[in-house]
Amino acid sequence: MTAVTAPPTTATTKTATTRGRTTTTPRQKVTWGGINFVVVALALIPVLWMVSLSFKTPTAILDPSFVPAQWTWGNYTQILQTSTFVRPLINSIGIGLIATLISVVLASMAAYAVARLRFPGKAVLIGMSLLIAMFPIIALVTPLFAIERSLGLFNTWPGLIIPYVAFGLPLGIYTLSAFFREIPWELEKAAKMDGATPFQAFTKVIAPLAAPGMVTTAILVFLACWNEFLLAISLTSTTAARTAPASLAYLSGSSQFTIPTGPIAAAAVVITIPIIIFVLFFQRRIVAGLTSGAVKG
Amino acid sequence: MADIVLDQVTKRFPDGALAVDNISLDIADGEFVILVGPSGCGKSTTLNMIAGLEDISAGELRIGGKVVNNKAPKDRNIAMVFQSYALYPHMTVRENMGFALKLAKTPKAVIDEKVNNAAQVLDLTQHLDRRPANLSGGQRQRVAMGRAIVRDPAAFLMDEPLSNLDAKLRVQMRTEVSRLQRRLGTTTVYVTHDQTEAMTLGDRVAVMRSGLLQQVGAPQELYDRPNNLFVAGFIGSPAMNFLPSRVDDGTMRTPLGDVPVSGRLRHALERANAPRDLLVGIRPEDFEDAALVAAGTRDSGITFRANIEVVESMGSDVYVYFTMESVSEVSAAELQELAEDSGSADTGAADTGMLTARLATETTAREGQQAELWADLRSIHIFNPASGANITLDDDSAGTVRGGTTAGTAADAPRDATGPAGPAGPAASDAPAGPGTGAI
Repeated sequence: MTAVTAPPTTATTKTATTRGRTTTTPRQKVTWGGINFVVVALALIPVLWMVSLSFKTPTAILDPSFVPAQWTWGNYTQILQTSTFVRPLINSIGIGLIATLISVVLASMAAYAVARLRFPGKAVLIGMSLLIAMFPIIALVTPLFAIERSLGLFNTWPGLIIPYVAFGLPLGIYTLSAFFREIPWELEKAAKMDGATPFQAFTKVIAPLAAPGMVTTAILVFLACWNEFLLAISLTSTTAARTAPASLAYLSGSSQFTIPTGPIAAAAVVITIPIIIFVLFFQRRIVAGLTSGAVKG
Repeated sequence: MADIVLDQVTKRFPDGALAVDNISLDIADGEFVILVGPSGCGKSTTLNMIAGLEDISAGELRIGGKVVNNKAPKDRNIAMVFQSYALYPHMTVRENMGFALKLAKTPKAVIDEKVNNAAQVLDLTQHLDRRPANLSGGQRQRVAMGRAIVRDPAAFLMDEPLSNLDAKLRVQMRTEVSRLQRRLGTTTVYVTHDQTEAMTLGDRVAVMRSGLLQQVGAPQELYDRPNNLFVAGFIGSPAMNFLPSRVDDGTMRTPLGDVPVSGRLRHALERANAPRDLLVGIRPEDFEDAALVAAGTRDSGITFRANIEVVESMGSDVYVYFTMESVSEVSAAELQELAEDSGSADTGAADTGMLTARLATETTAREGQQAELWADLRSIHIFNPASGANITLDDDSAGTVRGGTTAGTAADAPRDATGPAGPAGPAASDAPAGPGTGAI
């Protein structure tokens, strides 16, 4: 053992200079730090600019200074007092939650079948679900508009929930089947031997074990619904079903002739906050969900 | 409690692969039967068919007299212990063990009582509220057993339950499983690829190879009277040695020396329509250091010189690995498969013609030297290399020879030790009185 423990000092310095994987030289630190800074700044400056705008008074909107000269909550109080924004916010939460719930329940069953069962047409099913995920939504807007109008679904919650579920399912099936694949099959056999019906085996053994995967999937689907704009603006006409992102365009300024830049910025910040909270809390899970199946399974 | 009957059961997978080929096996109520064979022989598939986890392609499976071919596992009232234990990670030990009862809607008080009893039997009481992740391998294994016994099922099925344990714990749990089965008296089917487990645990052992049942019998019977080359090579550790031999002019030429063929053996060879080239099987314990063999016994075997390669002292006896100059490579499909299964094909040991002998500790054999060894010809088996059949076994009267009823022919009778008494039978009394070498 002594022969093994003695060399590390020389070994680590060697790797540091030759490969630079475990430890980095100051120069590498500066280079990478610089690149990182540029990338983060590119992503962050528009967001910060938006936050800054939301705190500016209407007269200072065109003021090019980054930090508002005069801070105001006016834009926030204004949007949170009008039903033009509050009602869409409620719509967003409601539609998002319902669509997520339905997607995850259906996707978990479908993903379980995809991961575990051998049945004719399985490849077609996976192909179809991927096809839906790939389909350009813009091409569907007009037909969906016509269909929903004739069915009376236009400008209703179900009118948005149904397409959201349709687009949430492929994402859910893909993510969840990767999670299901990692659950040892013998657990299910054991449940069967213990006298469980296939449904009991799923609900009492497999589903609880896949719970982390389901949470991940739920977050991903909810984020997708929350951020969705194209269908939300095309399939709604009033605040009855319009979601928050779509409502931004309908915010009005303090008078008919003011551009509502401040309120829009404030509303955008309000919409972004839940996402930031989600991402901060579930960062690991989201990454795990997006990359699951990439390495294993 | 129930008996299990497999009546010409066959399993063919959708891709056409035949995993289990027409197996018939009667397992009596309370019996402990071992299914043993190399990986891929169909033993686990057979077990899964009994469990109901695999469909039966053809044939009939009866548990307790009722045909259960189309019944779901939950309607068969059998419990299974898995190789990976398959404990539910999100449940405590208590919940794991009570899960089946909970599904059966047993009253909570009854569940608690049964779980507590089982935990006591398996020494798990202090772990009942822990989760499987916090248990050691041996404890997990016991929980898996506990989950099976709380249900008081008609039969236990065990799929290599000990193979994930380290060697020492495995031996310990082996006796534990045996003790538990006797105590509960529940019909048990146990699958393993380890012949030691098969020999020590079961009332009866069923040896399988490529979906076919090779032989079913008590462990000692399989050891003493193997039906064929495969069973002979699979059962026993270290494995039986196989030597090529050739019958010429009433003499059997083996690498150990020439042996005159007795009338009985000639008869057996003729009846089996055996080719001239044969395989001789000798178990390691049928060798001995020639110096340690009593003069009277020496005549029933042959003495030869061997190049000792490796000597392993086990304390109770000594394993000697030796080569013979004239041993050419032994080839038979069964042996090839056995070599692959034991891994000796990878190490190259199969090609060197190395033989194994188990000698008494007093032996003077040293590594790298020549030594005079003695092989007991009364205990050898002769196989047809093409079919693998044990030719010596065809002689059904072999067992009665020892009884003295055919005492007149005992002088040149084949003492192939395939009789019930085994190699430990009275050796010197009716040994053939050949000059120097005995006849077989």
